[in-house]
Amino acid sequence: MGQSIWESMEKKGYSRRQFLQFCTAAAAAAGFAKSGVAQVVSAFEKKEKPAVLWMHFQECTCCSESFIRASHPIVADALLDVLSLNYSETLMAASGFQAEKSLQDTIKNNKGKYIVLVEGAVPTKDGGVYCMIGGKTAESILQEVSKDAAAIVAWGSCASNGCVQAAKPNPTQATPIHKLVNKPVINVPGCPPIADVMMAVVTHVLVLGQIPALDNLGRPKEFYGRRVHDTCYRRPNYDAGLFVESWDDENARKGFCLYKMGCKGPVTYNACSVVGWNEGTSSPIRSGHGCIGCSEEGFWDQGPIYAHLATFPGFGIESTADTVGTIVAATTLAGVAAHAVVTNVRKHKVIAEVHAEEKKEQ
Amino acid sequence: MSTTEIVGKSKFGNGHPADYRRVYVWEMPVRAYHWINAIVLVVLCVTGYLIGTPIRAFYASEAYQQYWFGWVRFLHFLCAYIYVFNFLARLYWGFVGNRYAKWNNFFPITKSQREEIMDVLKTDVFQTKLHGAISTGHNALAAFIYFFTFLAFCAQSITGFALYSSMSNSWIPRMFTWIVPLMGGEMSVRYWHHLFLWFFVVFIVVHVYLAFYHDYIEGRGTISSIVGGWKFDKMPEAQGTKERGSKGTKA
Repeated sequence: MGQSIWESMEKKGYSRRQFLQFCTAAAAAAGFAKSGVAQVVSAFEKKEKPAVLWMHFQECTCCSESFIRASHPIVADALLDVLSLNYSETLMAASGFQAEKSLQDTIKNNKGKYIVLVEGAVPTKDGGVYCMIGGKTAESILQEVSKDAAAIVAWGSCASNGCVQAAKPNPTQATPIHKLVNKPVINVPGCPPIADVMMAVVTHVLVLGQIPALDNLGRPKEFYGRRVHDTCYRRPNYDAGLFVESWDDENARKGFCLYKMGCKGPVTYNACSVVGWNEGTSSPIRSGHGCIGCSEEGFWDQGPIYAHLATFPGFGIESTADTVGTIVAATTLAGVAAHAVVTNVRKHKVIAEVHAEEKKEQ
Repeated sequence: MSTTEIVGKSKFGNGHPADYRRVYVWEMPVRAYHWINAIVLVVLCVTGYLIGTPIRAFYASEAYQQYWFGWVRFLHFLCAYIYVFNFLARLYWGFVGNRYAKWNNFFPITKSQREEIMDVLKTDVFQTKLHGAISTGHNALAAFIYFFTFLAFCAQSITGFALYSSMSNSWIPRMFTWIVPLMGGEMSVRYWHHLFLWFFVVFIVVHVYLAFYHDYIEGRGTISSIVGGWKFDKMPEAQGTKERGSKGTKA
């Protein structure tokens, strides 16, 4: 602590050239223009390494797993040089009282300056007993660390919208971070989020000292501004009406659109198609599987993964709104036909009655 | 009773058992609205269903060779715009049109309207009453159901534009972006948009059938009225000049 990134890198024996390469990669990852590189260099030279608290609540650590696979800037640099990771249950060496002391010290010594990264949702039911660390509930820990934080980032769908913990019936009342704190929260949804996106968000906060432009759901616009569908390399097949009809059919081999296989690309906002996963090696759709919409709120409750329409409640798991609609329409058609038959059977009576009434009028 | 008998006993000069008077019920804007709506709604239902469940219509080895699904979607969006503005025009006409087009037709405000609802139910559903004095314009039950149809129009337009907002920068769909988080994400908006499709399918079936049924049961040109605008009112022999048939549709 107390050192700038450049100072700490210099001490570790990095050359100036390596530092500049790192700055350029960081600037590119954060989505800056070339002219922004100087800003990054300046920030990394002068600004103190910010203290970072990485909190784990109700989650599976897949966000951490994803994060350590960030490709640009290289993860070791990120963890050891860019950030002062003062607390992280998964990665820190300290444990027990030492770990808790580190947490308290960071809060005390960096008031208003440290960054809180939260992984996981917070259960609020029954006083929050369903997630406790060191004898304290997740909710009270969150309040404690978020009070004097400079910025709060919600990693993954758990922290952004509850994810699987908040799926129906949400037994622990798992609640996303932004509903519990009175500060702006950067939501980085995804199960997990893309490593390079996480890195870029952190870089943005560090370099500019401010939160990136967010959309109405609190997600950074630069990564969540476009649909997976609109950036998908299979999109031309969608417009051409060329679809995979079943797994491993000829169309699947040809790489046609996975829309009919329940791909949630058209309703999912993420950068998968652009950034890619594992150093840009692939992405779900590129590997032949539809998007499951993991960065969308409540995606666990939005029906089956391999169908595009949610199931209709009360009609069994296989019936969608379309099945029910077809049945209702067919029933109506049958009813109308029956009505027409009845009318025709009574035809003579109708005519006779009309005549009788007319006779009466005379 | 033979025709000659009827002619013989007729109180009307022309020898018919009852006299009918022409009434100009559906003005041109109402008829235009109806047919534009009918065409556009059918196209919307068909293209909408296709968007949800695309068929294997054409085959191409390369995507650049065709664009049929794109055209289906384009047609859907185009018709959606026509549909919405056509509907807005009809709303306007509900305030400036003739008594049969007026907005108050669509709510059972008066007692006679409520009575007529029961009357039409007896005629249509239970078939216990085979004919009777039904309003010249919309009958009170039909009009009230149209009111719910208008609500469905609104629901479908709102969910439709909400879905469209993710692929358009035009100001009209942009006005509906807030609907998506409100309804719990695009998947659930999509779900409701699908469900309402079936409301329209069922409506079309019932509406077309009942139009034919009423044409038969009322015998005064229900079907042709939506083409030419004219319907026929039976005139009671005692007061042949007094207008009838405006029951429930007071101006």
